[in-house]
Amino acid sequence: MATDTVRALLEEAFPGAEVNVLDRTGGGDHFHVTVSSDAFDGLSLVEQHRLVNRALAAPLADGTIHELRITTKKGSR
Amino acid sequence: MTLRDQIKQVIDDEPVAIFMKGTPERPACGNSLRALQALWQAGAPITAVDILPDPQIRQELSALTDWPTIPQVFVKGELLGGADITEELFASGDLGRKLDDALGAEREQVVKTVAVATTTA
Repeated sequence: MATDTVRALLEEAFPGAEVNVLDRTGGGDHFHVTVSSDAFDGLSLVEQHRLVNRALAAPLADGTIHELRITTKKGSR
Repeated sequence: MTLRDQIKQVIDDEPVAIFMKGTPERPACGNSLRALQALWQAGAPITAVDILPDPQIRQELSALTDWPTIPQVFVKGELLGGADITEELFASGDLGRKLDDALGAEREQVVKTVAVATTTA
């Protein structure tokens, strides 16, 4: 899976967010995503990560994404 | 007891539970190890469940928690998060404070592994 595809899914789920996607191994299945969005305002870390997991639910469920690291930040760019 | 009930019982009954790949003695995944180390350094008692022996454990766990990845860490029955959140909360000091609030500052740090098993019924 290309980093651009992951980024597109996240940008769709978090309009206006700053999204960074790192392919940790170059294999297209270990990603570290960083999302800065005001959608996280007022949410706990668990709730913030739930939103990110939900945006990537399909590739997580079918194993396309084998490992996902998540960093969330409040406030968009 | 169904597999899901066994999982629920561990989550509800153990002060700090981690569902991980491998065991604390032999972690089988870097993320499980990261979460374990953060818990250990924060002084948490740890009850570990290895999800690898049976794929159904992970299926039932994720269905129960609506959380897709492993590890999953629980404090007093509540989902704390995965490896990233556990590390982040340890680094900020929030994990230690949370454990103090939930379990008291004078806590015994015991690490144990419990097994859940699929029943044929």
